[in-house]
Amino acid sequence: MAYAVETRDLTRVFAGKKRRFRRKRAASEGDEQLGPVTALDRVSIQIREGELFGLLGPNGAGKTTLIKILATLLLPTSGQAFVAGHDVTKDPFPIRQRINMVSGGETSGYGLLTTRENVWMFSQFYGVPSKVAKQRIDELMHVFGLWDKRDAKVRLISSGQRQKMNMIRGFVTDPDILFLDEPTLGLDVNAARTVRDYVMNWVGRERGKTVLLTTHYMAEADEMCDRIAIIDKGKILACDTPEALKRMIHTQTTFRLEVDPLRDTSTFQGMDGVVNFSLKDDASKNRTELTFILEDEAPVAEILSAITAQGAKVHALRKTEPTLEDVFISMVGRGFE
Amino acid sequence: MNEVSARRSDLAFRIALNLRSIRGRAYPRIIGANREPSWIFFEAVLPLLTIAAYVFIYRAIAANQIVNANAETAARILANTNALVASVVLGGAMVAFWLNVLWSMASQLYWEKEIGNLQLYMMAPMNRMALLGGMAIGGVFMTSVRAISTLVAGVLVFGVVFQVADPLMLLAVFFVTLVALYGLGMFFASLYLLWGREAWNVSALLEEPIFFSSGFYFPLGGLFNYGGWGSVVGIVGSIIPAGLGLDALRQLTLGQTAFGGKFWVLSAPVELEILLVLAIGFLVLARYALAYLELLAKREGKLTSRHQ
Repeated sequence: MAYAVETRDLTRVFAGKKRRFRRKRAASEGDEQLGPVTALDRVSIQIREGELFGLLGPNGAGKTTLIKILATLLLPTSGQAFVAGHDVTKDPFPIRQRINMVSGGETSGYGLLTTRENVWMFSQFYGVPSKVAKQRIDELMHVFGLWDKRDAKVRLISSGQRQKMNMIRGFVTDPDILFLDEPTLGLDVNAARTVRDYVMNWVGRERGKTVLLTTHYMAEADEMCDRIAIIDKGKILACDTPEALKRMIHTQTTFRLEVDPLRDTSTFQGMDGVVNFSLKDDASKNRTELTFILEDEAPVAEILSAITAQGAKVHALRKTEPTLEDVFISMVGRGFE
Repeated sequence: MNEVSARRSDLAFRIALNLRSIRGRAYPRIIGANREPSWIFFEAVLPLLTIAAYVFIYRAIAANQIVNANAETAARILANTNALVASVVLGGAMVAFWLNVLWSMASQLYWEKEIGNLQLYMMAPMNRMALLGGMAIGGVFMTSVRAISTLVAGVLVFGVVFQVADPLMLLAVFFVTLVALYGLGMFFASLYLLWGREAWNVSALLEEPIFFSSGFYFPLGGLFNYGGWGSVVGIVGSIIPAGLGLDALRQLTLGQTAFGGKFWVLSAPVELEILLVLAIGFLVLARYALAYLELLAKREGKLTSRHQ
């Protein structure tokens, strides 16, 4: 079986900051920021050719670190990573010929150049003949709705338009493997829809094209990906199709409650029948949203009693179909935010 | 991967890839120089103020000396002053290249990292020297606008007269000086990759002292005439290729006999040979330094720290 991407026990540890003059204070206060950080912890995944594979996890989970290693920009501390069958540490040239990467919120390019010139410039670093590059750029400008801005200087366009330009930069080199790191970050609904549709069509239409997508948007991962790996604190917690992941908690029940802010949530932790729960504060409404993953519906009454016992009101209660976030909550006991 | 994704990696492809990369990276600088008319104005006009300051000081000193001098001495003082003014104009033109090397070559990879371009460059299959080469060629083109305008203004405003006896030699010295200067810039760019924000301070530190030690506004040989510390400063300044390059250019445009032939460091052909060695040395150093420092940056996560 040919894998587009394969990692074996991939680990990356960042050494942490060296603050010579503050080491003593930091050590005495237990400042964890200064110590080594394990961004990836023995990650093993296989992504098949032609697959749209998602990495789903909260900020700081290790998604970007994994992509940077696969893009030959970062060396692993231990373990191995192969892209298109080549080792990222030993044989980067053939990998670089076949890949490209687009990150959300990217500010790359030069403000003095037009959008078209910027994309052309990056295409030259991959050896794409100018004529071919310009033809592709024009096509992609139409697809992504940037044709009207083709001759606008990059410093004068909006961040959303800039992100569209970055997407075009990613496709203009005709990569076999495309790394998309939060590609719809900062895009409006329509632009995000265009990006998602194009990526899905590209993988479906072109033979052997592979996408590794990182996102923390559940719906995006659910809609786009053939398979998803859920990652948290550098570890892969689960890896399967979105349907199979949701089936993992199919026997469980998901309830969402909107309540007044609570003083204490520790009472929910040991409650019988509660698999896990997460809470998210909505400061604008002065309310808290609770998500419970329950073995069955039995604990609902006890949960409501515990809330009202604190003098808090329950404003909404609904039973919902399991989402990928519920899978995550079920595994780690917190949401993505 | 399957046959659909088979990619070329033969020598012809690699040469074409790197030539396209050089052109691609040079493009923003060449175009950028023309897109901002205000830049052209500031680049061309403001440096003239510094040159004018030196010219007026030299002329004022000469005027003071001429007052009590006889005709023969006065003629010698005037000739020396004119040679000094021409030296200042030439130095002012070369300052543009030195500043470009410091701020647009040496510090450039640091700035590229800040705006998010560096990781895209390092992820591309092009040779890293093609990236630096593109930066250098674009920089030379961009800076030539300032250098040429400084020379033209020097001739028109200050009445400088150049006497070029050996134009081929002059071109060779100028070309090799630029290659050596930009080779040094490429080498610095590699070092600055790891220094981060400190690169800014190093560039600032290297500006004024090099103007002095490399003799941008006076003949470098003047430092050697002092002996002792003057020679030490002059030797250190000669490591920066602009020092010897300027000395040779002045000899070739003012004549060996200018300043009574006392202020030249070495003869122009010898200086050309040294410059050639410096050019090759800096390019080789840049090539290996960049490869090593890229590896180190990948190990320490410094190519990508912006988005971590």
